[in-house]
Amino acid sequence: MEQLLSVLIGVLVAASVYLMMGRNLLRFLFGLILLSNAANLTIFVAGRLTPGAPALVPEGLDAPVGDVANALPQALVLTAIVIGFGLFAFALILAVRAYRSLGTLNTDDMRVAEPKDQV
Amino acid sequence: MNESPSPRWITPAGLLPVVVAGALFFYFVQMVPAIADGQTLRHVIEWVPSLGVNISFLIDGLSLTFALLITGIGALVMLYSARYLAGHVHQARFSLFLTSFMLAMLGVVLSDNLLGLFVFWELTTITSYLLIGFSHATQKSRRSALQALLVTGVGGLALLAAIVLIGNAAGTFELSEIRAMPGVLTQSVAYLPILLLVLLGTFTKSAQIPFHFWLPNAMAAPTPVSAYLHSATMVKAGVYLMARMHPSLSGTDVWLWTLTIAGAITMVFASVMALRQTDLKLALAYTTLMALGALTLLLGNDSAYTITAAATFLIVHSLYKAALFLVVGILDHQTGTRDANKLFGLASAMPVTATAAAIAALSMAGFPPFLGFIGKELKYAGALAVASEPILVAGAFLIASALMVAIAGIVSFRPFWSRSGDPIPNVKEAPWPMLVGPIVLAVLGALFGIFPDLLAASLVNPTVEAILGPAQEAKPLQLWAGVNLPLALSVATFVLGFTLYFYKIQLRNMLIRLVDSSPSFDRGWDKLLAAVLAGAKWQTRVIQTGVLRRYMFITFGTALAAMAGTLIIKDVVMPVLGVPDVTIADWLVFLLVLLGTGLTAITNSRIAAIAGLGVVGIGIAMIFILYSAPDVAITQLLVETLIVVLFAAAALRLPGMGSEPLRSRPLDALLAIGLGVSTTAVLLMVTSGPIDLELTTFFQTASWPQAFGQNIVNVILVDFRALDTFGEIAVVMVAAIAIYALLKSKPEKDQT
Repeated sequence: MEQLLSVLIGVLVAASVYLMMGRNLLRFLFGLILLSNAANLTIFVAGRLTPGAPALVPEGLDAPVGDVANALPQALVLTAIVIGFGLFAFALILAVRAYRSLGTLNTDDMRVAEPKDQV
Repeated sequence: MNESPSPRWITPAGLLPVVVAGALFFYFVQMVPAIADGQTLRHVIEWVPSLGVNISFLIDGLSLTFALLITGIGALVMLYSARYLAGHVHQARFSLFLTSFMLAMLGVVLSDNLLGLFVFWELTTITSYLLIGFSHATQKSRRSALQALLVTGVGGLALLAAIVLIGNAAGTFELSEIRAMPGVLTQSVAYLPILLLVLLGTFTKSAQIPFHFWLPNAMAAPTPVSAYLHSATMVKAGVYLMARMHPSLSGTDVWLWTLTIAGAITMVFASVMALRQTDLKLALAYTTLMALGALTLLLGNDSAYTITAAATFLIVHSLYKAALFLVVGILDHQTGTRDANKLFGLASAMPVTATAAAIAALSMAGFPPFLGFIGKELKYAGALAVASEPILVAGAFLIASALMVAIAGIVSFRPFWSRSGDPIPNVKEAPWPMLVGPIVLAVLGALFGIFPDLLAASLVNPTVEAILGPAQEAKPLQLWAGVNLPLALSVATFVLGFTLYFYKIQLRNMLIRLVDSSPSFDRGWDKLLAAVLAGAKWQTRVIQTGVLRRYMFITFGTALAAMAGTLIIKDVVMPVLGVPDVTIADWLVFLLVLLGTGLTAITNSRIAAIAGLGVVGIGIAMIFILYSAPDVAITQLLVETLIVVLFAAAALRLPGMGSEPLRSRPLDALLAIGLGVSTTAVLLMVTSGPIDLELTTFFQTASWPQAFGQNIVNVILVDFRALDTFGEIAVVMVAAIAIYALLKSKPEKDQT
């Protein structure tokens, strides 16, 4: 399954890069979501996959018995998902706000900081 | 500027610097007997021992001479400033800058470690910048300040490079240790780069041609600053460093000729330019340049005559020049002008100032029995002893000294005694704090002239010994050395000087026509700055296009080059793809995510795209469920739901996506596929290699015994790595606050 997921992550990365290279800010945001999904999966896969054995310590014991899932990448991914969401939410509202001010979602035309006549 | 009768000048801001400078002066004075005895004092504080960087101080004759000039003239100038700037809004700021400068300058001349010296060197540059730009409301001040900062700053960088090279060649940054190894630098392969870089630093600091132009401009600073920094002390930092490095760098043809040529040209050019000026302060600025040129020229040699001449002239010049600057400041302060064509016959109105000016000017012109005469005789004796071209050098000194006679007359004879014009009415004598400095400095010039042994034994001889080593005796300082060639040259100087003074108006008019029609370094500087700015604009235009797509292209392209490049260079063998352990459920999830991704990537509909994203999210959540990560799956599902809700709300306020122009998309697709394939390749390699489970094992075994939690993932989040989780919450909070602010803010009307 690690190999299958590696391929899947490659596809996710390719799709997100393709979207982020677009001129429309919404496409860019979709690409951002896919990229953070790809990153989360990468961390998860890098810690190896263990089916059907969550990282739990059985009652009355000091440590889990046998092969259980790698808990560390899971903890990292949990944090990453939440932060990725925060980033997306902020970027989305920034796009809304930018559209309200500039009247466009085309990034080629969003040039308040670097106006065309100065470059 | 006859201001209100007597503004309050006895203030902490005005007087504290005087106390500090005065105390330091007496501290250094009590060291004179020991140093004159031939001792040196050294004090080391380790700073970065692993890099050989120490804060170490060394006091020998050379350092002590400079330290006394810095603190002594400093105390007088600060007393003067206390009154000169009394009532100024920013007087406290001025005092702070001036005191900081004094301490930095002391650091330069006392440091034994080259890196320490460099730090203090740069501090003098910065404080000089602040002081030149003190009247920051005028454009001229700002320009002059920036010019001085940039010119001396470039020199500072060159000096740093030189210091690194010296450290490599000698194996130490301690100047005393470098001096103890004769030839370690002159015979090093890096000698030429070291020498040129050091000289670039000292020439910019001491305003040698072609870096001289910042010094006359620096006269935009208040007059006490000009007297102190740009005449007596800071501009001599370059001279100091040349003297300091003299034992280690001199004795070669490059040293001799570079210093001789730069010094001689600066000296003659500056004295001619001085005659052109009508602003008395500018005239003095050019004579300072002349003095710096003379000192550079003298330091090029290593005969006892030239070095004794340099040490003596250094002191003479500081005394009379600071005094004259202060006198010009008094004229400016009391009459409101520094124009040589407006100031006449003020001697009866300001008798004390006139007397001080006369004594200082006689020393400057080199009349006996003043110290200036001894200095001039020594300069001629030194010129005749140079190793380069004695006749040419003596000739250059003759021209420069004759011009000094004329300029001394213009600056301090004409404004007070000349009857060529009417005196400005109602001029009052300056208040006493402003008179102390000129009088003390001028009288010292006379005193040392009459008792030259006093100065020779205490400062000149130890300085010469510090430069040439104990083997060489300093030449004696004497008023009457018998009838010899220097005396004949002195007589010629006076004759020529008086002639020049007599024809000064005609000469000046001629010079004004000549100078104004020839190219100027100052205008060249403007062109240079403009060229730099144009270069910066061009570079910005190329790199910062303002087009997001291009930035993304560069970012992704770099990532691709790094990943694919590494894979190719390292000649990586790909693990064989096989699917032995894949279940039906795996395949189904895989296809689900693939479908969602594809849909998101190609659709032009926002609803379809968000649906595709939802599918991807749920598919990934299912992967988490299949592979034992229930907590992650729950979070993933929750976040996916929130994303859809948020987007639906936002989409109401946004237009549709439309389609991308097809022209650029094939290239984008190529880049995307490249990055995707590279990522897959890297991941395949990672997952086929070994894994280090040390941390995981720790968490598994510590979870229950240490944190009393059975769900290891939860324990990591809220216990072992609680600070990370706290940071995560903070990020979400910041995002929420920022979103709130964005939604609340009103759109600007003027931007479309």
